[in-house]
Amino acid sequence: MRIARSQTFPVLKPFRLAAPPSLRHFQLNAHHGALLAIALCLAIGIGDAQAGPAAPSILATLLKWTPLLAKGFALDVAMSFIAMGIGTVAGVVVGLALISLHAPVRGLAWVVTQIFRNAPWLVLLFYCMLLMPFELHVGGLTIPLPDWLKATFGLALPVMANVAELVRGAVRSIPFGQWEASEALAFTRMQTLRMVILPQCIKRMTPPWMNLYAILVAAMPLTSIVGVSDSMTLTGDILAAEGRNELLVPMYLYLLMWFFAYCYPIALATKALEQRFQVR
Amino acid sequence: MTAPQMAPRTATSTSTPGATWTPDQPLIRIRDVHKAFGPTIVLGGITFDVMKGEVICLIGPSGAGKSTLLRCVNALVPIDRGSILVENQEVNDPKLDKLALRRKVGMVFQQYNLFPHRTALENIMMAPIHVLKRERRGVEALARALMRKVRLEGKEDFYPGELSGGQQQRVAIARSLAMQPDVMLFDEVTAALDPETVKEVLVTIRELVEEGMTCMIVTHEMGFAREVANQIYFTDRGVVVEHGPPAEFFTNSRDPRIRQFLSQIL
Repeated sequence: MRIARSQTFPVLKPFRLAAPPSLRHFQLNAHHGALLAIALCLAIGIGDAQAGPAAPSILATLLKWTPLLAKGFALDVAMSFIAMGIGTVAGVVVGLALISLHAPVRGLAWVVTQIFRNAPWLVLLFYCMLLMPFELHVGGLTIPLPDWLKATFGLALPVMANVAELVRGAVRSIPFGQWEASEALAFTRMQTLRMVILPQCIKRMTPPWMNLYAILVAAMPLTSIVGVSDSMTLTGDILAAEGRNELLVPMYLYLLMWFFAYCYPIALATKALEQRFQVR
Repeated sequence: MTAPQMAPRTATSTSTPGATWTPDQPLIRIRDVHKAFGPTIVLGGITFDVMKGEVICLIGPSGAGKSTLLRCVNALVPIDRGSILVENQEVNDPKLDKLALRRKVGMVFQQYNLFPHRTALENIMMAPIHVLKRERRGVEALARALMRKVRLEGKEDFYPGELSGGQQQRVAIARSLAMQPDVMLFDEVTAALDPETVKEVLVTIRELVEEGMTCMIVTHEMGFAREVANQIYFTDRGVVVEHGPPAEFFTNSRDPRIRQFLSQIL
């Protein structure tokens, strides 16, 4: 009996199993938290040692200003939520335009994506602050556009472009056979996207999308440069009010701790999701 | 079937494009089909007919254009030249209603291509509900019956990832059958399976054949082809080298290419 030759086991048809799109430059871990905590303790100790005998302790000062700092941080969180929401909705639309069958639509979406993905976030922020009016007149209605809202729009732009890339990458990472099978079952292109392709994309997109959110949160202090009263601005105000040099390092480390405490659980959840999706 | 003005049902054996199809005409009529991908000629003038209830097996070396030909029949791949009529509907026509064509032509793939985010039952139900706009309850009954038919009762709520290759392929066959097609295309459906599960898929296909389903089967399973086919077509480099009923084909063919191919594979 002869051993079957290659024809019995034909080569598989080419299909892509590309890795899900990733935005990871850096991932927080527990070591970062430990380092930060140690640095904060050290800074408090050194600060206390530098302070005069009559001055209140650094720790007490930090705690005194915590409610105000929390208010600023709440604004950061709120702005990041809104920017992420707007950016995601717009990004999905642009991402779908990136895979459109109409070349002009695709080209326009490509230009938009490239511009907002590659422009420095701070530049986009300044553009939005300076180009948007401070109030909108719609009919007889006057809608005020406060600084924080304009800054939020400014940050939503790069989010949009990054989400668009995520959508495009995720759609492309779905094996071609899924399109072929849907087509053979007489699904229209829109039905295929809605019922077959995008549901599979959501799973692939969630970890990098959460990572994008963590990056966005880390970028929120940029808004202080354009004058929004976020936690970064308030920290500066607090330092000015206290007028104590030894407070400088502990105060900023304390703020950093807030950001870490917010971003670390997100990083953990992202990692857990990534691992769970890889198993399947 | 749905043409408002029925052409007189005179039995003409030569089919004319656009006329109402009658069962005495070829269900699929392929004439001089050419297809090239860039400089590579994949189909170089293929011609044959498939009558209703007939089973055609396409065999031949890899890269002979067999899979491409199947994809041309349901317009997944457009052809460059020639004509394919499916129930007298011209496939090579820019105004072709692809969706209408694909409702008549079922296709099963080598890689199963089940939707991994839906259960086996949902995989079967999706197309009838969303494409044919059937009522959900009726479709579910049909889907459950099809799961029984492919001997997968009890696996309705399993996700494709939880099924073996052979089971997935049988779900894929059931999914295609749920559209109640007039012809089924099988594209090397057992090629990705391990030897033990090949049999269960072949049994399912054989049952379909026995029920009178018209089939075009691309396969490397010569024993199976010999058993179920009415006609064997041997293709190489985009042309039909030889064809005939299996008994004749496997014993009498003299073409050196066929002899060589068969000696390699048997």
